[in-house]
Amino acid sequence: MALSLTDKRLRAALLAAPLVVFVAVTFLAPLALMLVRSVYEPAVADSIPATLNALAEWDGRELPDEEAFRIAGMEFVALNAERRLGSVATRVNRLQSGMRSTMLGTARALGNDPPAGSWRDAMIAADEDWAEVSTWLAIGRAGERITPRHYLNALDLDRGAVGEIVAQPEDRRIYVSLLVRTFGISAAITLISLMLAYPVAWLLAHAPPSRAGVLLLLVLVPFWTSLLVRTTSWIVLLQNQGVINDLLVVIGILAEEQRLAMIYNMTGTIIAMVHVLLPFMILPLYSIMRTIPPRHMQAAASLGASFWQSFRRVYWPQSLPGVAAGSLLVFIMSIGFYITPALVGGRTGQLISSMIAYHMEQSLNWGLAAALGAILLLLVVLLYLIYNRLVGIDRMRLG
Amino acid sequence: MSAVHNPGDSRLRRWLHVGFCAAVLFFLVAPVLVVIPLSFNAEPYFTFTEGMLRLEPDAWSLRWYENVLGEGRWLPALGKSLVIGIAATIVSTTLGTLAALGLSSPAMPGRGLIMAVLISPMVTPIIITAAGMSFFYSDLGLGQTYTALILAHAVLGAPFVLIAVSASLSGYNHDLNRAAANLGADGWTTLRRVQLPLIAPGVFTGALFAFSASFDEVVVVLFIGGPEQRTIPREMWAGIREQISPEILAVATFLIVFAILLLAAVNWLRQRDYVRAS
Repeated sequence: MALSLTDKRLRAALLAAPLVVFVAVTFLAPLALMLVRSVYEPAVADSIPATLNALAEWDGRELPDEEAFRIAGMEFVALNAERRLGSVATRVNRLQSGMRSTMLGTARALGNDPPAGSWRDAMIAADEDWAEVSTWLAIGRAGERITPRHYLNALDLDRGAVGEIVAQPEDRRIYVSLLVRTFGISAAITLISLMLAYPVAWLLAHAPPSRAGVLLLLVLVPFWTSLLVRTTSWIVLLQNQGVINDLLVVIGILAEEQRLAMIYNMTGTIIAMVHVLLPFMILPLYSIMRTIPPRHMQAAASLGASFWQSFRRVYWPQSLPGVAAGSLLVFIMSIGFYITPALVGGRTGQLISSMIAYHMEQSLNWGLAAALGAILLLLVVLLYLIYNRLVGIDRMRLG
Repeated sequence: MSAVHNPGDSRLRRWLHVGFCAAVLFFLVAPVLVVIPLSFNAEPYFTFTEGMLRLEPDAWSLRWYENVLGEGRWLPALGKSLVIGIAATIVSTTLGTLAALGLSSPAMPGRGLIMAVLISPMVTPIIITAAGMSFFYSDLGLGQTYTALILAHAVLGAPFVLIAVSASLSGYNHDLNRAAANLGADGWTTLRRVQLPLIAPGVFTGALFAFSASFDEVVVVLFIGGPEQRTIPREMWAGIREQISPEILAVATFLIVFAILLLAAVNWLRQRDYVRAS
């Protein structure tokens, strides 16, 4: 019995529904949570509500009054007794360095010896930072539940005394230049891959099928091999006492002390990433070039065009969809690449993804990690939409 | 050599082209293969010793393989990788195949958008996915559990299944569904007896891709796995970062053999894909 169109629609939607729900819950929800984390940080606000309340009426020009000092001091002492002040102090410290030791030191001093007279004098005696307006501004800002500070931080910006947006001091500007460098390196990797892949894809596409099959295997073996294995291989080959340096020394090109530093720097990152991503360039090029009839080049030649003329005017334009598909894919994968730079990049060969990992695992500044992740995600989504428009997600094929 | 080259083509250019391609293919394959002989090194070095080059029997040994198979680190890791990989593959293959069947129907509303969303886990940088999931599963109280890792790997593997099965279905003749209906089959019978057998090679291809993705995944394991979930990639990561030993090369050799077997299986399935071949 033929189904009506509505029934067909319903059946199709019901078949797709389980995966749609699964992706929404286990993939989109975590990403949404990350976006929330990038602007929402309630930890400080929940820990020192009385202090923030007292500061809410403060004008931010002169030092707060004695009452605010007393409330803040008592709250710090109480939190410190519960060992909860450390996490608050760490967060304030991200807005103004030195604040962690200031807050913990003061809480310890006041806890041991509660002031009989003025809390204000006692706190300033414990640490001169309390006599600075900027100290109190930092505490007030750390207490904002919804905050743009992680994004400002990720873009090397900060807020000035009256909340205006200012650039970070020169020595603390790292993220924008890292982002620019990630783009530059990704573009270079894409270009190198394209130059290496194009002639190979051409050879594969126009070789007799049996030979093309064998050559294709040479592309697919590395494609299927574990990324960690391929990265290990490059460590083996490129390291100081590795195969390539040994070879160069043995055949006398390099002296023992001239061994090349090819790994744990940007060179290592680029070489290993080109190797990993090259199949993703070759395969789309190959599948497009296979559809270009060899007759076209022959016809151009018979009309008197030189090889380069016919390549430029006839072949290249027809191969462009493959160039676009491969380049976008490699570029998208490059800008978010983590594993290979982390293992072979050393200190100088890191990309933006390493910073996200650093803030997730080492500094535990999750809000900043989330903001950096959100910025990277935005870039990838834009590129993905371009890919979808130009190439079509449907046309994506597996090796 | 290649048919595109013109009759008047210079021999030099042809040889330059072939030579260039040979060099690129060498660059692709040689680094993968170099670890195999090095894994038989008798010394704890990552390079060929003089003895190895002179083919002295003493310079070669199986000691790293004995370590890998004997010592109590890699076999438990294999078990954990298999548990996570197989469970994740079952989930992603089931959901991915059903979704591909739904999305292949011309009647499906919002097809392009849904496809783009369902494939997005494959193109999102893994560090972002891992960061989001680490917040998500720890908030749910599922941090450091097998459940979290299996769900995470399943959603990362599903796009591969979706793509492979969709490719298989793109050549599928929907008249077959109508023919089955005319012969009295209901929708479920048609799916089970007509459609699934014809797209089975695509389903298995997708499953192999999904399994291989899980079997090689380390970043999500680092971020949401606990000490209980030390899979093979997790141990390799630790090995490369912390105590680098030729044991890693022996494990790498096993993984290369595994990759070649997977590739052979996928090629075999492709030849059996009647739908796409026709």
